[in-house]
Amino acid sequence: MTFSRKLLIFGGLALAIWGMGYGIWYAVFIEHQTLDGIGSALATGFMRAAENRRVESQAALADAASRSFVYVRQVDAHGHWIGLGLLLVILGIAFDRVGFGERIRTYLAMALLSGSVVFPLGVLLETWNRGVGPQAVAIMGSALVILGLSGTALGFARGSS
Amino acid sequence: MSTRERAIGSGASAAQTSERFAPFSARRIFVIGGVGLILCGMILGDIFAAFILHPNANRIGENLLTATRAVASHDPQAAGAAFQNIGGLLENRGTKVDAHSHMIGFGYIALLAALLQPYVAFPESAKRFLAKLFLLGAILLPVGVFLIHYVGMAGSPFAAIGWASVFGDFGGFLVWVVCLCELAGLTKYFRARPAIRVSDELLSHRSWATRTLLSGGTLLVLIGFLHGSYYAGAHLFRYEARDSELLSAMTTQAAAGDSAAALQAVADYGQLQGAKALNVAAHAHVIEFGVLAILLAFFQPYVFLSEKWRRIWVVVLLIGSLALPVFVLLELQWDLLAGGLADVGGLLVIIALFAMLVGIWRYTGKLDSSAGVA
Repeated sequence: MTFSRKLLIFGGLALAIWGMGYGIWYAVFIEHQTLDGIGSALATGFMRAAENRRVESQAALADAASRSFVYVRQVDAHGHWIGLGLLLVILGIAFDRVGFGERIRTYLAMALLSGSVVFPLGVLLETWNRGVGPQAVAIMGSALVILGLSGTALGFARGSS
Repeated sequence: MSTRERAIGSGASAAQTSERFAPFSARRIFVIGGVGLILCGMILGDIFAAFILHPNANRIGENLLTATRAVASHDPQAAGAAFQNIGGLLENRGTKVDAHSHMIGFGYIALLAALLQPYVAFPESAKRFLAKLFLLGAILLPVGVFLIHYVGMAGSPFAAIGWASVFGDFGGFLVWVVCLCELAGLTKYFRARPAIRVSDELLSHRSWATRTLLSGGTLLVLIGFLHGSYYAGAHLFRYEARDSELLSAMTTQAAAGDSAAALQAVADYGQLQGAKALNVAAHAHVIEFGVLAILLAFFQPYVFLSEKWRRIWVVVLLIGSLALPVFVLLELQWDLLAGGLADVGGLLVIIALFAMLVGIWRYTGKLDSSAGVA
């Protein structure tokens, strides 16, 4: 088995297992409490508004928005790690049909694997730091995946070398 | 040799094929279970989209209106009650989406595991046990998640998790354990001496159907990834900020007695949620269908149909895979017409997948009758 295939198959499996483990941990210990928190903050926002307590109402709505921001990214990171992990394994199985030499296939595999790790990590980092840094990490990761996928699609079209 | 015989005889020797795809073998359990899970998940998704999604969204909108009116009439109890209803409706929606997506996701993992079986260095009995354990977990999780809304917290000793959720999470844990075991089996295989290494007919098959599904699937994944990146860059943060602004406008305008502005904010909020949901659904579906096409490419040698029909189902699958996400996105402009066309796209994928499952089923029948299995 070539190095590029090994990289994609083992890297993809490890990433998918990591994503699933993260998802189970998140579902058991955080998700239910987060969803309850979002619902309760929204209800509080409207109830305080009905009582003409505007400052408390706005604070509760801001709290709901903040929790929702975190929730969306936690679920996105979990889903993208697993999805990309599976995609890497599947592409790895067929990678010998990519019509480039092993050196270019290895570069493509490295771009796909590193992008698949880094992109959801950047999304997750946005929950701790809402600055430009984590967004740049996510953009860099997704650019690597797009680059790897474009090369792979081109390689499949060219056929086996 | 007829086309059908060529179909069954392609790749490795018939004896090797027969052994790998024997009745109740791990590979057969994974292939048929995987395609079955994907079909069930898609049918559940179509039923959910047609009969639950839109009425549910309308009810959420009505309750948001009630909450806004309660703010205007300074009735906090009514506002709280409306949000309790919204919580229930969101849970109903979320659990159905989760059941649908996890069932399909586990189907993909099952097909992937089927492909990897020759490289998992465990005895066949252990591989069979793992395959059955996987299917148990893959059924338990979506069924458990589906039931969360109906079982609620009844009889649960936990503060925030009900029994349906406990069983669902346990199903996810089983799937996770099986994946870890498969990884261990693969590692064991690749550490073994080269003498025991095997070749697999599924990976060497290069028919028109296989090549078209491989390149078509990769293109679909690429389109989905490009769309997701565009959505995240151009809309995600803007939509989140707008979401917050509109909720704030609903409460402040209603409390100030400006009912018209508050109701407009509710209507805009509904539109915004629709736009978010449609973008996410289009992104997720085009990638899922791309992955499905790539996976099905490998199993074409098992689809025991004539070459002409294999090609027809490949084309139908790819057309449906592109039509569904495109028309989902167009729902923003074309409304129900695009929704109907998107459902037709989903139906095309289901029909093509069902036809391929029938082909695989016929293949197992052919193998079993040649091997003298009753």
